[in-house]
Amino acid sequence: MAWPLFWITVFPGFLFLCLFAWAMEYVDRKLYAKLQNRIGPPWFQPFADFVKLVSKEEIIPTEANSLMFKLMPVLALTAVLTAFMHIPLWSSKPIISFEGSVIVVVYLLTLPTLAFFLAGWSSSSLYSTIGAVRTLTQLFAYEVPLLLAVLAPALVAHTWSLGKMVEFYGAHPLLTLPNLIGFIVALVALQGKLERVPFDIPEAETEIVGGTFTEYSGRLLGLFRLAIDMEMVVGASLVAAVFLPFGFSLGPVAGFVLYLVKVLFVVFLLALLRTVTARLRIEQMVEFCWKFLAPAALFQILLSLVINRIV
Amino acid sequence: MARVKIPIGPQHPALKEPESFRITLSGERIVETDMRLGYNHRGVEKAAEERTYVQDVYLLERVCGICSHSHSTCFAQAVEEIAGLVVPPRAQYIRTLIAELERIHSHLLWLGVAGHEVGFDTLLMYSWRDREVVMDTLASLSGNRVNYGMNTIGGVRRDFTREQLDGLLKVMDVLEERTKYYIEVATQETTLINRLSGVGSLSHEDAVSLGAVGPTGRASSVDRDVRRDDPYAAYKDLSFKVITDTHNDVYGRTLVRVLELMESYKIIRQIVAQIPDGPVTVKAPRKIPAGEAVSRYEAPRGEDVHFVKANGTDKPERVKVRAPTLANLHSVSKMLENNNLADVPITLAAIDPCFSCTDRMIRVREVSGTKSEILSWESLRLFGIGWYLERGVDFSALNARLTRLEKK
Repeated sequence: MAWPLFWITVFPGFLFLCLFAWAMEYVDRKLYAKLQNRIGPPWFQPFADFVKLVSKEEIIPTEANSLMFKLMPVLALTAVLTAFMHIPLWSSKPIISFEGSVIVVVYLLTLPTLAFFLAGWSSSSLYSTIGAVRTLTQLFAYEVPLLLAVLAPALVAHTWSLGKMVEFYGAHPLLTLPNLIGFIVALVALQGKLERVPFDIPEAETEIVGGTFTEYSGRLLGLFRLAIDMEMVVGASLVAAVFLPFGFSLGPVAGFVLYLVKVLFVVFLLALLRTVTARLRIEQMVEFCWKFLAPAALFQILLSLVINRIV
Repeated sequence: MARVKIPIGPQHPALKEPESFRITLSGERIVETDMRLGYNHRGVEKAAEERTYVQDVYLLERVCGICSHSHSTCFAQAVEEIAGLVVPPRAQYIRTLIAELERIHSHLLWLGVAGHEVGFDTLLMYSWRDREVVMDTLASLSGNRVNYGMNTIGGVRRDFTREQLDGLLKVMDVLEERTKYYIEVATQETTLINRLSGVGSLSHEDAVSLGAVGPTGRASSVDRDVRRDDPYAAYKDLSFKVITDTHNDVYGRTLVRVLELMESYKIIRQIVAQIPDGPVTVKAPRKIPAGEAVSRYEAPRGEDVHFVKANGTDKPERVKVRAPTLANLHSVSKMLENNNLADVPITLAAIDPCFSCTDRMIRVREVSGTKSEILSWESLRLFGIGWYLERGVDFSALNARLTRLEKK
C-alpha cells in the first residue's frame, strides 16, 4: 500500500514531475533566450514564478461558473500526472502497464486541452471564449496526426502497450529508423498541443490578450502553468519512449540518465521550432495539419504496414 | 454565425498607446471597424501658443518619441521661412544626417514590432538589438537617445568633427549587413510571409483617395516622397531612390521599409562625403515678424505638416501639427475589411501608428443654430460629475473621503 502512494506523490509522481517540469521550463526559456541573443532567466525562475502566482489573490469573475472555473486547473494537472504513470522511464516497465496504454496516454493528454477549452468557456469573457473556441479548433487539427504518428510504431511492434513497444524496439533497434517521419509529425503536433509558437493561436497575446486564461489569476493560473509545463515533459517523454526507445536495458541508473537526455533533446527541438517561426493564423494552422501533417502520418502508417510484411 | 463585437483597446496588449477599435466579427472575419480617437490628447498646440519660439522647438520635439527630430525640424523650417532666415548649408546637412539616422531607428523599431505582432519574437529581439547600434550612434552624436535637441531656429546646436562623421561609415557597414539579413528573412521565411502577404490590402485607388502617406502609401504604389518632390534641408543635393511596391498589403509595407533602410545608408554615406564646412547657425530674432508658413517633412511614418502663424511677438499665434498617422488612420478601416481577427494587430501596426502624435481637439462651430459655449474649469468638472451620475457612477462618497483625508 505504501509503494503506490510513494509513486504517486514523490517519484516518479507529483514531486519529481514538478521539479522536472520546472527544470525543463527553465531549459526551454533559456534556450529560447540564447537563440534570440538574450540572457534569459536564472535557473530558479519557473519556481519563483509559481510561488509568486500561488501567493497572489485569485479573482473569480462573477459571470463565471465558479465550480468549473476552479475545477479545470486541477483536472488538467491530474490528467497529465496520470498520463506520466504510464510512460516507461528507466526500464521497459512503467508504473502502470497494460495492453492499450498507448491509447490511454494519448487520451489523458487530450484532457488538459479540453480543460483549457472548458476553462475559457466558463469564464464567459469575450477574449476567453474566442481563445476557447480556437483551442478546440486547433485540437481537431493536430490530434489526428499525433495519434496516427504514435500508432505507426505500435503497428510494427504488434502491441498497444508502451512497455512492450519499448521492449520490442530494444530487441530490434534498427526498426526505429523508418519511424523518422512519425517522429517529426509527433514533434510538430506536440508543439500544437502545448500551444507554443507557431501554434500559440489560442493564447495569442497581441490578438486576444490572454486567450483562454485571460480571467485566470493567482493560484488557479499557477496550477494551469504547472500543468502546461508538466504536459511538455510528459509529451516529450511519450515522444522519446515511442520514437527513441534506446537504452532501457542498461539498468535503472544509466536508463534514467539516458531518459533525461532524450527529454532534453526533444525540448531542444521544440524550443528551436518556436524560435524560427511566426504565429500562424487559425485557418492556416488547420490547413497545414490536414494537408501536410495528416498525410505524412498516414504515409508513416503505410510504411509500418509494409515493414510488417517484410519482417 | 452570430456577430460578436470585440473591443481592441483602449487598453490592449497589441496597442502601445490607448486608442479604441471596436471590431464586429462574424466568426473570425471582420465585418466592421469602429474607430475612436482622442484618448491621448495632450494639448500640445495650445501649449505651443503659450511659449516662445525657442521653447516651442523643444516642446514640439516631444510630440513624438520616435520621430522627434521630424517635428522639431518641420517647425523650425516654418519659422525660418516666416523670418526669412537662410540656414547655413552645413546645418542643413547635419539636420539631414540626424533625420536619416532617425528613419533607420524608426524602421528597425517597426520591424521588431511587426515581428512581435505576428508572434515572431525572434525577429523583435534581433532587430531591436541592431537598433541599439544606431541609438548609440545618435547618443554619441547628439547626447540623447530619443529627443536629440539638435535643432534651433536658424540652424543646429551642435557641430560634428571629421572623426565623428568618419565613424559613421563603419556603423553604416554594420547596419547594412544586418539589413541585408532582414531582407532575406522577410523574403524567405515562410511562416512570416504567410502572415504578412494578402493581409490588410489597400488598393492604389483607395490609397490615393484616402490620402495614405509614407511607407503605407508607397506600398500601394503611391509614388510620393517629400524628400524628392519638395526637397528641404540637404535632400536636393543627394541622390536616392524612392521605394515603391505593388503588393498593396502588409508584406509590401514591410519590403518598402527594409529597402528604405538601404537607401538611408546610401544617403548617410553621401552626407559624410559631401558635407560642406562653415557655420552651423545664423542668429535668429527673438520676435518673429507677422506671417504664416506651411512646412512639409518626410518623417519615417510619412509626410508631416506644420503650419505656423506669427503675429510679430516672440510667441506664435497658431501652430498646427498634422502628424503622418492621422493621414494613414483613414485607410485602416478599409484595410481591416474582410480580414481575420488574427490580422488586426499586424494591420494596425503596419501603418506604424503613433496615436499620441495624432490626437487633437477640434471645436466644431454649430451651424444649425444651437449655441456653443466654452465651459469654465469648474463647470466642466460639474458636467463631468453629472455625466457619470447619469451612467450610475457616483464618486461623491469617494470625494467626501478625499476631502476628509486632505483635512487630516
